[in-house]
Amino acid sequence: MGTEVFLSANPVEGLEQQLVFGIATGSIYASLALALVLIYRAMEAINFAQGEMATFSTFIAWTLMATFHMSFWIAFPLVVVLSFVGGVALERVVIRPVERAPILTTILVTLGLFSIFNGLSGLIWGYTIRTFPSPFPVTPISLGGVGIGFQDLGLIGVSLVLLFLIYLFFSRTKLGLMMRAASLYPQSSRLVGVRVGWMLALGWGLSAAVGAVSGMMVAPVLSLDPSLMQSVLLFAFTAAVLGGIENPLGAVIGGIVVGVLLALVGTYIPHAEDLRLVFGFIVIVLVLLFRPAGLIGRAHVTRV
Amino acid sequence: MRTTSLLKPGNALSLFLLLVAVMAPLYVLGRFPTLEWAYVWALLIGMIGVNILTGYCGQISLGNSAFMAIGGYTTAILTYTAGWNYLLTIPVAGVLASVGGVMVGIPALKLRGIYLATATFALAISAPSVIRHFDQLSGGSQGISIPPAEDPFGLVRSQSLTGEQWLYYMALVLAVVLFLFSRALLKSHVGRAFRSIRDSETAAVANGVNLTFYKTLAFAISAFYAGLAGSLYTINTAYISPDSFDVGFSLALVVGAVIGGLGTGIGPILGAVFTVWSPRYTQILFNAKPDIAFGVLLILVMYTMPSGIAGGVYSLWAWYQRQRAAGRPKSGDGTILVGKAASTR
Amino acid sequence: MALLELQDVFATYGSRRALHGVSMNVEEGSIVALLGANGAGKTTTLRAITGLVKVQGAIRFDGQRITGVATEEIARLGIAHVPEGRGTMSQLSVLENLQMGACLRHDPKAVRQDLDRVYAYFPWMKSRLAQPAALLSGGEQQMLAIARAAMMRPRLLLLDEPSLGLAPIVVKGIFKIIEAINSEQGVTIVLVEQNARIALKTAGSAYVLEVGVVAVSGLARELAQDESVRESYLGY
Repeated sequence: MGTEVFLSANPVEGLEQQLVFGIATGSIYASLALALVLIYRAMEAINFAQGEMATFSTFIAWTLMATFHMSFWIAFPLVVVLSFVGGVALERVVIRPVERAPILTTILVTLGLFSIFNGLSGLIWGYTIRTFPSPFPVTPISLGGVGIGFQDLGLIGVSLVLLFLIYLFFSRTKLGLMMRAASLYPQSSRLVGVRVGWMLALGWGLSAAVGAVSGMMVAPVLSLDPSLMQSVLLFAFTAAVLGGIENPLGAVIGGIVVGVLLALVGTYIPHAEDLRLVFGFIVIVLVLLFRPAGLIGRAHVTRV
Repeated sequence: MRTTSLLKPGNALSLFLLLVAVMAPLYVLGRFPTLEWAYVWALLIGMIGVNILTGYCGQISLGNSAFMAIGGYTTAILTYTAGWNYLLTIPVAGVLASVGGVMVGIPALKLRGIYLATATFALAISAPSVIRHFDQLSGGSQGISIPPAEDPFGLVRSQSLTGEQWLYYMALVLAVVLFLFSRALLKSHVGRAFRSIRDSETAAVANGVNLTFYKTLAFAISAFYAGLAGSLYTINTAYISPDSFDVGFSLALVVGAVIGGLGTGIGPILGAVFTVWSPRYTQILFNAKPDIAFGVLLILVMYTMPSGIAGGVYSLWAWYQRQRAAGRPKSGDGTILVGKAASTR
Repeated sequence: MALLELQDVFATYGSRRALHGVSMNVEEGSIVALLGANGAGKTTTLRAITGLVKVQGAIRFDGQRITGVATEEIARLGIAHVPEGRGTMSQLSVLENLQMGACLRHDPKAVRQDLDRVYAYFPWMKSRLAQPAALLSGGEQQMLAIARAAMMRPRLLLLDEPSLGLAPIVVKGIFKIIEAINSEQGVTIVLVEQNARIALKTAGSAYVLEVGVVAVSGLARELAQDESVRESYLGY
């Protein structure tokens, strides 16, 4: 499986190398974790279909580039926009009927979406593994004696840019303020005229867009097939929980920590590739038990 | 405890259906459908377990596939490596799986709702890779093959029964026994404790219910059922591999239990039967991959019958009763675990 | 035609009926007090107007039926509601609360002017804009809630018990502002109050609710002077 190849870092490389590798892969988890956090902040639910939606977006990007011969730099923003629109539509059509339903109903609906998107990806594009072009040149560069690829820098850079944009959006724009208010104080927001339902849809749109970015960053590394994001999803959960499920900054920091930890585990614990997933699981359980708000999250735990 | 008036005609109906189930493979079903239904009974056992844990005790678990794997591998390893008779491995599979359930149940004590769902989801995703890792025991990616099941009465050898029919009846008998056991359990004080936890943990504690004990018990029982289901599955297939019981399986269990109707008696049966009637599910039984129709169906059911088919039927029945005798108080509300309709027993 | 008309309004909370046919008229530019004992249905009436409870009957704003309309759409028509409990967005800052009041507006210059006016009403706010609203005292939160509603430039302002839990001197200050909002900006105000005395001093007319119906109504001045009304319904 591509995942296994990806997740096992070369144990021969030095510690700095491992760190860089860990940070780069961590950025991937961070970007998907950001998408998860966006939905959680909007409606206190976890979108189990996040990874599959991202995979689907990535497949669309692949089609644009392979079949319609678009360049990456045109396909990329186009897919991001399409994913945004798709996310909004998805919320308004599929999620809206269960907006106020108990949590199990919402979980099951997102699980249903998981199945649908996974199935669609397989149906439309099949299960053959495809290569996905990377926007970054593959040439390695040397920074202070440590070999890094443009790929790694690119991954880290994209996550940081995403984080920065999201931060700006929520803290500096009127729309971002309205979204924050709508999710924290829906009734008070309605009383000042905010259409809370549409704010939710916006959250889904942003989340889908961020997920698409994540998918298009991962695909060059992992190769594109319908199971692309499943393991990434697990580590994105880990990252989001670790950093604090409501906190975008936490998601990024959590992602990097997870990436680095996994790289170190791979280096120093022999034959441990298979155990990375369960390592993620254990981290999730430990964090939820002892510090459910995450390392960076608020001290008080919000309504479950 | 109020018995619904559905139960009286229900008893006769149940017996009739049971008779049909017993007769079917002998007179109606071909070899392959018989095997399919053998899987259905095994799946039913797993869904009963989910129903107990989620429907009656209110703990959301998306990770029961891991317990099925424990059960399945127990059977496979004991049969293949230690040379046990596969029949003896079945109870052991259940017990070992329930140990796993306890181990998961203890940290789960502190988790609730979406957090519990996420943690158990992560368990289901990571389980196959752990199995793959301990390959001296589990055979790694290659999996383990076991010899096809021969019945102890020599019926298959003497061609009185086909192999599939034996598997069918074995699964059916186990399913019926376990179903009756679960009914008895849920009617007892244990079931009452579970329901009180589901409806309100704070109220349950105030009433002296030991949360730790009962929540862990619920996990253990649910895992026990899952382990048995996994064991039966492995016996039916005569093969197990790390991906045999992946996330898709957990989802199938939960979805089936929900569609049938959580917290109801016949829910798991409806869920398991429904599984057969939606053609896509057949794929799920055999290679556990989620699919489009499955997803659409699930979402539609969540919109229209969030309490599952049983819940929908009970709601209809309750509505009908209300029309017939206006002024009589509505049938008692259970907790709203899923969707709008009240879930009763 | 009155700005706000209620005609035979019934309201239910789940299975419990709280309003049993309330009728009211609120003229534009006036201050109307809604009085009565606890549980009489005053808060419910306000919630009925902004669509927070299920309603039967007719509620008309500026001639337009607003029963059954979504809360946010009613707000967009120009009705601001400061609910029971104030509804301050406690984890947001003071400034952000005010900005939320203005969030639908597209006239940044006018918004700035309104902010300046708010700072003139409540000078303490200017120095505490970045503070989370949760850190404010009860009186300050009340003022913030009223200010946020004012930022909406509403035509109609609904105030639910602005004096609740506040010291008399603070209450006096708040009511002065309420009068100013009405007189300077022409905002129509419906005022729910337990403190009938100050309400009747501020309002032009009043309705007294009892058990979900209007028991007495009339000019505030006259009701304040009517001893039997004061004794039976207003407790003083």
